[in-house]
Amino acid sequence: MVEFRMPSLGPDMEAGKLVEWRVKPGDRVKRGDIVAVVDTQKGAIEIEIYQSGQIEQLLVNLDTKVPVGTPLARLRVEGEAEPGLAAAPPPPTAPAAPSAAPPAVEALVRPPPPPISMGPVAAARARVSPVARRLAEENRIDLSTVAGSGPGGAITYADVERELRKAAAPPEGKRALWLDLGAMRTAIAAAMARSKREIPHYYLEHQVDVTPCEQWLTQKNAPRPPNSRLLIGALAIKAAALAARRFPAFNGFYRDNKFEPAQAVHLGVAIAIRGGGLAAPALHDADRLSLDELMSRMRDLVQRTRSGRIRSSEISDPTITVSSLGERGVEALYGIIYPPQVAIVGFGKVVTRPWVVDGAIGLRSVVTITLSGDHRVSDGHAGALFLAEIGRLLQEPDKL
Amino acid sequence: MSEIDIRKVVQEELNNIAPEIDITSVDPAADLREALDIDSMDFLNFITAIHHQLGVDIPETDYSKLFTLAGTIAYLKAKLKLSKGSAGPPSGGQSSLSS
Repeated sequence: MVEFRMPSLGPDMEAGKLVEWRVKPGDRVKRGDIVAVVDTQKGAIEIEIYQSGQIEQLLVNLDTKVPVGTPLARLRVEGEAEPGLAAAPPPPTAPAAPSAAPPAVEALVRPPPPPISMGPVAAARARVSPVARRLAEENRIDLSTVAGSGPGGAITYADVERELRKAAAPPEGKRALWLDLGAMRTAIAAAMARSKREIPHYYLEHQVDVTPCEQWLTQKNAPRPPNSRLLIGALAIKAAALAARRFPAFNGFYRDNKFEPAQAVHLGVAIAIRGGGLAAPALHDADRLSLDELMSRMRDLVQRTRSGRIRSSEISDPTITVSSLGERGVEALYGIIYPPQVAIVGFGKVVTRPWVVDGAIGLRSVVTITLSGDHRVSDGHAGALFLAEIGRLLQEPDKL
Repeated sequence: MSEIDIRKVVQEELNNIAPEIDITSVDPAADLREALDIDSMDFLNFITAIHHQLGVDIPETDYSKLFTLAGTIAYLKAKLKLSKGSAGPPSGGQSSLSS
């Protein structure tokens, strides 16, 4: 028997609210299946399960907010024996529960397990500033539901205030949770403030002639119906992903004072959400996808992100991010690294510029590519090689 | 197909992309990409939807003719008139919208 727990969907996530179960006890699931929907500051996230087996028991009620690490369901993994039907009740995880109640029903009405077993979270939740505690007591706020943003996860006055505002907000209707742009902004603020506090950024920029990409795309797209046409953004992402594979110092995570290079390239795509939101879910194994495959995954990812259906693995595991301004806007952007990642690549809009090609001046389509790198992990020299590699790859679009 | 029908399809598809904007209040001569804040992915989705709904082939080289509402309507009107008598929308097109 294994426990399926509330996943951590980013360094700043402390708790999530379970808003939908997609499975019921007895259902068979396989690795990668979506089993639940959890509301977080980043919006509603579809949670995938990481082991195959059969759902034994659901442990958390709908609309319950629980800390990261809380068991949400019990799963019998493949090969495990079925427990005797009436003979022995499942392992004595809930000794206090009345044994007469049918296990599944009992589990659903049981309050979420106390966070005792979860070392770091439990320890963090024990620290509450005195003013915060007083404010919480005055307003009958349950401190166990408040996420702390102070040193070591301590709950501060501002955290309780935020909880108060939440409590005062009108009850949420159905599941229109995902477009909570206010919560999304709070999450962006937390991640970006942490980045600027902790990561010594350095910035490089490189102007690249993308006329070959445009010519190649024109030719490629001409006979294609609209739904299978490629955008230049797909080429940019593929080039960045290939370069990230060749330069591992830009692809991975900086955690516990050391850099852990990633084994795969899960490229985060910054996606603007109407009304002022932003998310950067991962395109998994972007370096290994053909351009057609990459384009169709990108379309799907953008569409799902904008309608609030991101999957847990997509939100939690990007190894490097690409932000692209598209065809409008300005020529360059200098991104802020999303921790614990160590690099972000920015593509400005494509502009027509006089450019020297083979000793003569002509009009070319030029894009400014930027790199924000983490100086704890790499230096400008390596960054320059990485950025130049992206530019070089874009000269031969047919090889992407 | 009448101009009113074309306009209806175009407005519907733009509304799917930018649900918070009242399309009827958009200046017909304004650049849709600016007026509706749509990016190249949104625009491709718009072209895909129009192709699907009206069976009109829109090559990339014609995209710039569809950057305004007025331009889009005029372009589709001309295209649909030209192909009158020829085959209707491709399979998957909604024939209920043809007049």
